[in-house]
Amino acid sequence: MLRYFIKRLMSLILSLAVASLVIFLVIEVAPGDPASFMLGINAQPDTVAALRTELGLDVPKTQRYLTWVSNMLSGDFGTSYTYRTSVATMIADRMWVSLPLAIYALALSTLIAFPAGIYAAARRGKAGDMAVMGVTQLGIAVPNFWFAMMMVLVFSINLRWFSAGGFAGWDKGLLVGLHSLTLPAISLALPQAAILARVMRSSLLDILGEDFMRTARAKGLSRRQALWRHGVRNAMIPVLTIIGLQFSFLLAGSIIIEQVFYLPGLGRLVFQAISSRDLIVVESVVMLLVFAVIVVNFIVDLTYAAVDPRLRSRT
Amino acid sequence: MNRNLIIGTVLSLLVIFAALLSFIWTPYAHTEMDIPNKLQSPNWQHWFGTDHFGRDIFSMIMVGARTSIAVALVAVSIGIGLGVPLGLTAAARKGSWLDEFIMRGNDLVFAFPAIVIAILITAVFGAGAINAIVAIGIFNIPVFARVTRGAALSLWERDFILSARVAGKSSARISFEHILPNVMNLLIVQGTIQFSLGILAEAGLSYVGLGAQPPTPSWGRMLADAQTMVSFAPHLALIPGVAIILTVLGLNLLGDGLRDYLDPRLRIARS
Amino acid sequence: MSLLTITDLNLSIHKSDILRDVSLTVDQGEIVAVTGESGSGKSMTALAVMQLLPDLSVTSGSIKLDGTDLLTTSETDMCALRGSAIGMVFQEPMTALNPVKTIGDQVAETILIHKAMPPVRAKERAREILTRVGLPEDKFPLTRFPHELSGGQRQRVVIAMAIALRPKLLIADEPTTALDVTTQAQILDLLKGLVKEENMGLLMITHDLAVVSDMADRIVVMRQGEIVETGATKHLLAHMQHPYTKMLFAASGHLVDLPTPPPPSPLLTVQNAIRDYQLPRTSLFAKPGHYRAVNDVSFTLHRGERLGLVGESGCGKSTLTRAILGLEPLQDGQIHLDGAPVFSGHSPNLEVRRKMQVVFQDPFGSFNPRHRVDRLITEPFFLLETPPKGTARKDAIAKALTAVGLHPDDALKYIHEFSGGQRQRIAIARALIIRPELILFDEAVSALDVSVRAQILDLLAELCTAYDLTYLFISHDLSVVRTVTDRVLVMQAGKIVEQGVTEDVFSNPQHPYTKSLIAAAPRLPDLTQISKESVL
Repeated sequence: MLRYFIKRLMSLILSLAVASLVIFLVIEVAPGDPASFMLGINAQPDTVAALRTELGLDVPKTQRYLTWVSNMLSGDFGTSYTYRTSVATMIADRMWVSLPLAIYALALSTLIAFPAGIYAAARRGKAGDMAVMGVTQLGIAVPNFWFAMMMVLVFSINLRWFSAGGFAGWDKGLLVGLHSLTLPAISLALPQAAILARVMRSSLLDILGEDFMRTARAKGLSRRQALWRHGVRNAMIPVLTIIGLQFSFLLAGSIIIEQVFYLPGLGRLVFQAISSRDLIVVESVVMLLVFAVIVVNFIVDLTYAAVDPRLRSRT
Repeated sequence: MNRNLIIGTVLSLLVIFAALLSFIWTPYAHTEMDIPNKLQSPNWQHWFGTDHFGRDIFSMIMVGARTSIAVALVAVSIGIGLGVPLGLTAAARKGSWLDEFIMRGNDLVFAFPAIVIAILITAVFGAGAINAIVAIGIFNIPVFARVTRGAALSLWERDFILSARVAGKSSARISFEHILPNVMNLLIVQGTIQFSLGILAEAGLSYVGLGAQPPTPSWGRMLADAQTMVSFAPHLALIPGVAIILTVLGLNLLGDGLRDYLDPRLRIARS
Repeated sequence: MSLLTITDLNLSIHKSDILRDVSLTVDQGEIVAVTGESGSGKSMTALAVMQLLPDLSVTSGSIKLDGTDLLTTSETDMCALRGSAIGMVFQEPMTALNPVKTIGDQVAETILIHKAMPPVRAKERAREILTRVGLPEDKFPLTRFPHELSGGQRQRVVIAMAIALRPKLLIADEPTTALDVTTQAQILDLLKGLVKEENMGLLMITHDLAVVSDMADRIVVMRQGEIVETGATKHLLAHMQHPYTKMLFAASGHLVDLPTPPPPSPLLTVQNAIRDYQLPRTSLFAKPGHYRAVNDVSFTLHRGERLGLVGESGCGKSTLTRAILGLEPLQDGQIHLDGAPVFSGHSPNLEVRRKMQVVFQDPFGSFNPRHRVDRLITEPFFLLETPPKGTARKDAIAKALTAVGLHPDDALKYIHEFSGGQRQRIAIARALIIRPELILFDEAVSALDVSVRAQILDLLAELCTAYDLTYLFISHDLSVVRTVTDRVLVMQAGKIVEQGVTEDVFSNPQHPYTKSLIAAAPRLPDLTQISKESVL
């Protein structure tokens, strides 16, 4: 178990190292001179030179990369050129919108998908299964941001149950914060729940054909008991992979959804940074998103070992 | 018979037909502004109504289909063109450093969701439809590499591959002669699914301004424009949304139908 | 009254008839063996008793257990009977257990699901019963997971689950087919002992007539969903009536005549061959360990000789086969075919390869399903410098197909159009088509029904005469090796422990391992002897 953990951890560190290198190369090396890129064509040479010094562009690239990484490790993401404030503080504020949104959506998606998938598998071929399959087939096809617009139209503009956009903030209480994230979370979660429910169903159906399910029935378990006691846990293995992938889809999706609801999250931040050519902010936000995806997949790998004893004893 | 296959084929062909037809005919020029007739609801002159510049939405939807299909198609081709050879190679050299390298590379690319790639490219090179293609295409590579490798690995265990090796064939030759034809069905099905995901992703990227730029019409941009007007002109948001849903639904049904049709195991179970 | 009475059982699935008018009984303490070839409906009979038939099954007749008709029993009541009144053991121990639950939990579950005992007592009983089936707790703690056990040990766990509540009837569906002979003998002994101790009835499904004759009190012979003959074992063996029964027994003990081999002249020489596999690293920084699959193996195969290689699963037979085929490198030692090394790095030496061909076990996995027979059997032409084209190619195909008893027109068909036996013929045709000097048969008849197997063995004997074949016949089945080889090698844990003239080795084994193998292998009784005895 410890060996498995260490191996995964090494692979996590390696992935982070390579990912940061890729991001660094694209942002700081590809544009040639980042300083003149950020300032545009009409910039004065001395302004460019000043920015070059500020960004530390005069040192060799290898050293710049190492400085960037070690600064990040100590929580220093640099200073935004346009806002003249610490990028770390800017990101920290926005993260408290984006991350809760992604987690809220993941929780919703799982809560909806599991019962739906298990229900459909248990009633394979019957009306209940057909209904779940039909609804999820449609759910997969719906773009989440369009669904979000429709939700705003119905629940905010017509019914006035929710505000059409903006974020109330966490300082007014957890429930107020959650309330303003509910519509965005639902619109993110439902299309993903459709995918997850289908994966859950087909994974369970695969397991139902396994020999050990027949053994369970021969012991005197009813269909339902066999499904719950022996099927669900085995079916979790492929489902976990999808949940891991979903988190990155949700995080990516939240960037788009924030535009619909005018939420002050990482998405808004990064789009403003792109239009003002603030590469430092773009670089930091992208690194953070990639970091989140890699860490979530690391956690999924550890969960595998908890579910499947075969992984624990192997390497 | 296979209902999914029929409905899926009909819907997909309809969209492709609309896209192709738009090259030679649309009811109006999709860029033609007609301010006096702006924001009309669907009527006999403008079947899907007009937008805030008085442009004909039906024409824009037809031309937008072109953008969606082109982006998704090229992105899938990038995925297949690079991912399949990588997957075949990894499987043929299972357990070697090359396999390890390819699979680690795959994991790494998976850590960059398409929108993150698009953000990176746009920040440095500026916005455009090419960004969407590259971003979605890169995202597709590991998907195809994984699917191909997984299927190829189980084939490499089979005795007929061993026979081919006994017949002195190299692993490259075996990959193309024996492995590729046997994973083709899987690739067709996965290709359809990635195509539909590509349409969704393109819409999302254009919606946030990382994809096709005006005046190139795209369904995602139409939705972005519609957002501020949704309370008084809901058809502006409804119509492109329904177009996306029907296209994606059609492709997904086509993929499911093809899988059932092409999978010989399922066919035996049915007969 | 019998414990189990099946009367006029009919079964159809998806409107195709599976069983017709099946009637049989099992008494307390009695072992009834149902036997027959694939498609005889023997497994479906077992599943019908359990009422675990596939969906869309339609049954008629009656299955009475202690007077209760199981066909009319509700699903809820069946759940109460399964595991408590009827236990069942399946064929595949490797997949019959839930991989994510401990063996203790899985055995205790049988008890708990029937609420027969409180949890603490159930655990106690699980421990008792696992000890009874030969898995004492000090060596096999209840917290073990299935993947930590061997196939035979897993089958013991499955048996423990089935008998935990002392059912009156135990059903065993091919319980030892997936196991090695020595393990098979142990499991069969265990089952016999349990029947005697607990006075259970045992309904045993098996295709192996040697096992049947050895175990059963009564035999039921089935063919295509019908019972063709039934009777007490001794009586049935002595007085077989139905031609199908006679054919089955004859085919099981089928012997072939091989032509005398020419005087020895070496073709294949294996010298001190060693093949290691790298094991996964045990710790991050330690060097990875090795597993020696083939350990210092040496032997010579002469031209025109038929050599056997026997051993249990995991003994290194398959690894040795791959090394001989030149598909994998050796760590030490040499393998030469006709004086040239068989392995030549990553680019195969076609010169050597074209002298060798192979026939595999699985008639279903040996062919690319997307190619036609002509393309399949001409694949070895790739080894030739000037492969035949046009009519010469056509002639070669026709000749190879005719030689294995198929029709030249079969060349245009796809592989799914053929039965298992026909596919094995096609595999032989593919091996023959370039007239190799040596053919390797890797468990080539192991997956076939006895009657088909007998035909393939006859074909081999014919080809030996017609083509002067030299072959290495790799198999775990001692009776087959005994009839189709001149000389035999016995392999255990990567080493050749005994070799010699086949008949000598079998009638007078020297090495203890060979002795134990031969002792464990179930044997068909000498039928002529039995009939003489019963006449007296």
